[in-house]
Amino acid sequence: MNFEEHAAKPLLRAVGIETPAGRLATTADEAAAAAAAIGPCVVKAQVPTGKRGKAGGIRLAGDADEARRHAADILRLSIADYPVTRVLVEAQVPIAHEMYAAVLNDPASKGPLLLFSAEGGMDVEEIAATRPHALIRVPVDIRKGLQPAVLEAALPPALPCDRGALVDLLTRLYAAYAENDAELIEINPLVVTADGRLLALDCKLTLDDSAVPRRQALSLSGTPDRLTALETRAGALGLKFIELDGAVGVLANGAGLTMTTMDAIRHYGGAPANFMEIGGESYTKAKPALEIVLANPNVRCLLVNFCGAFARTDVMAGGVIDAWLALKPSVPVFFTIHGTGEDEAVAMVRERLGIEPFDLMDDAVKAAVAAASGARP
Amino acid sequence: MIIRRSETVLVQGITGKQGTFWSERMRDYGTRIIGGVNPKRAGETHLDLPVWATARAAAKETNVDVAVMFIPPMGVKEAALDAIDAGIGKIVCLTEHVPVHDTMYVLAAARERGARLIGPNTAGVVTVDECFVGFMPAFNPRVFRKGSVGVVSRSGSLGTLLCLNLVQAGLGVSAFVGIGGDPIIGTTTRDALMSLDADPDTAAVALVGEIGGAMEEEAAEYARTMTKPVAAFIAGAASPPGKKMGHAGAIVMGDKGSYAGKRAALEAAGVRVCATPSAVADDLRQRLAR
Repeated sequence: MNFEEHAAKPLLRAVGIETPAGRLATTADEAAAAAAAIGPCVVKAQVPTGKRGKAGGIRLAGDADEARRHAADILRLSIADYPVTRVLVEAQVPIAHEMYAAVLNDPASKGPLLLFSAEGGMDVEEIAATRPHALIRVPVDIRKGLQPAVLEAALPPALPCDRGALVDLLTRLYAAYAENDAELIEINPLVVTADGRLLALDCKLTLDDSAVPRRQALSLSGTPDRLTALETRAGALGLKFIELDGAVGVLANGAGLTMTTMDAIRHYGGAPANFMEIGGESYTKAKPALEIVLANPNVRCLLVNFCGAFARTDVMAGGVIDAWLALKPSVPVFFTIHGTGEDEAVAMVRERLGIEPFDLMDDAVKAAVAAASGARP
Repeated sequence: MIIRRSETVLVQGITGKQGTFWSERMRDYGTRIIGGVNPKRAGETHLDLPVWATARAAAKETNVDVAVMFIPPMGVKEAALDAIDAGIGKIVCLTEHVPVHDTMYVLAAARERGARLIGPNTAGVVTVDECFVGFMPAFNPRVFRKGSVGVVSRSGSLGTLLCLNLVQAGLGVSAFVGIGGDPIIGTTTRDALMSLDADPDTAAVALVGEIGGAMEEEAAEYARTMTKPVAAFIAGAASPPGKKMGHAGAIVMGDKGSYAGKRAALEAAGVRVCATPSAVADDLRQRLAR
């Protein structure tokens, strides 16, 4: 789950990292009022994506009138398809130097990794590509936390700011990462002001989705995923469903098998209408899952691909058949079923639907692709 | 991370619905289940097996080689640390949605004690005709037949399909290593590839990967050094970028973790990357027949 700047910065302030004075505004008038209180300011679009500046979403304003005009413009923008509905109005800061700092979950070291560069102001990929030596990487033992002595030794000898203050700030940044189950927390730029203070001008936070159950309060200020009406309905049922633009409806168990089913549809010349997986703990939800897949008007046929390990195919097939008989859809359906509960599942499909499941997934996919293309006007 | 029939297995969470269901199946298949853990039922028996309060208590009374967890996400950290403290060398974590900070904590502790974590979010491991640990349909002869192909897979369901395709192609499996669909896991594709390379019963390897992360690229570096044939299927070629495809690890950000990048890395290492799982089976059949 991603957090926009205005939602992430309070987490920095909570650990004692300074950010510019700011106020959130949803209208141009609110932005003007904020600017009147703050003085010369920056008006920043609040969207869960990068490159806001390049898209015209970050503008300087000298006074309230200018802030109103900029806010009105920015609130009309869409950045990376996100319509801007809020702006953060923040005090301008006299910048002497820009740096970069982040802590993230690192698959390579299988632990937290602190990244720091005394040269910031560009994104981390750019720093890594153009100034690889400037990017410091400090792996952290999560049981001990970030040790100041370890950090001290890793930082470059020459810094554009007070060394002790930087060590203190990075230690606090690590605390914000640890206390919030972050996947990533990033300050870019981390600025040194003309009078030598350290200030977080921007902040990005991604919360680990698996930690949401124990970070309920925090998750309320995150940006929910943009979902279609059907995706929202599926999410409410605990189903992982993604709407796509093809005509072959997909119902499978397990993330890997569902992706593979989509890949095979493409490979054999078709296009999947959705990702819908009912593996793991969701294997009892075949009925609502099928209803959602068939509610998509683009679906011209259904491909059911079960390969049960934990997920019992007899339970899943029973749910699909119940739903099929209740909904009486007009589209054709193709089954391929293997693994745990296979014999019972195959027998049920034969007896209750009068359909013979395919032994090979490839054959089921080919049949579904042919049906989807044949049904087109 | 290949588990042998001689190894003893402790089931953490044995008394739950899934723990019970799969413990019976594991035992029926030949796995040496020696008991389980449930702090609330210590001293009782379940499935005619002893139940201990902790893995540490079990390890005091008997030798435990492997722990397998049927434990909800928020309980995994405590259960895994218990197993590590007990000195158990292999810990199989089946649980999905374990907070990543907890996984990293467990991995740091495991590293210190020399324990190997498989997972989280794995369907387990199967040594065909010997034993299985986890929830794979090892007992289904259409999916698992003894043969000489080692399989490594992030996904249980897709791994099951691949094993089925091997049987359909007239081949069989030596060992299946499910490594799990999470972004940070104890045993990587490369680790599993190395153990299958060292396994005398394995003559060829089917590598089943997914978009997201860099594990297939890492594994490619090792595959380059192998003499056993390796064929791969990477799921997610048709998945849109920026969306998590069910597995937390299966997401493409920018060009990181993309299908094209993984395919190129594997092909450069001499691995045949196939368009469908059944093509992996066909490719290995041809190469093993030579």
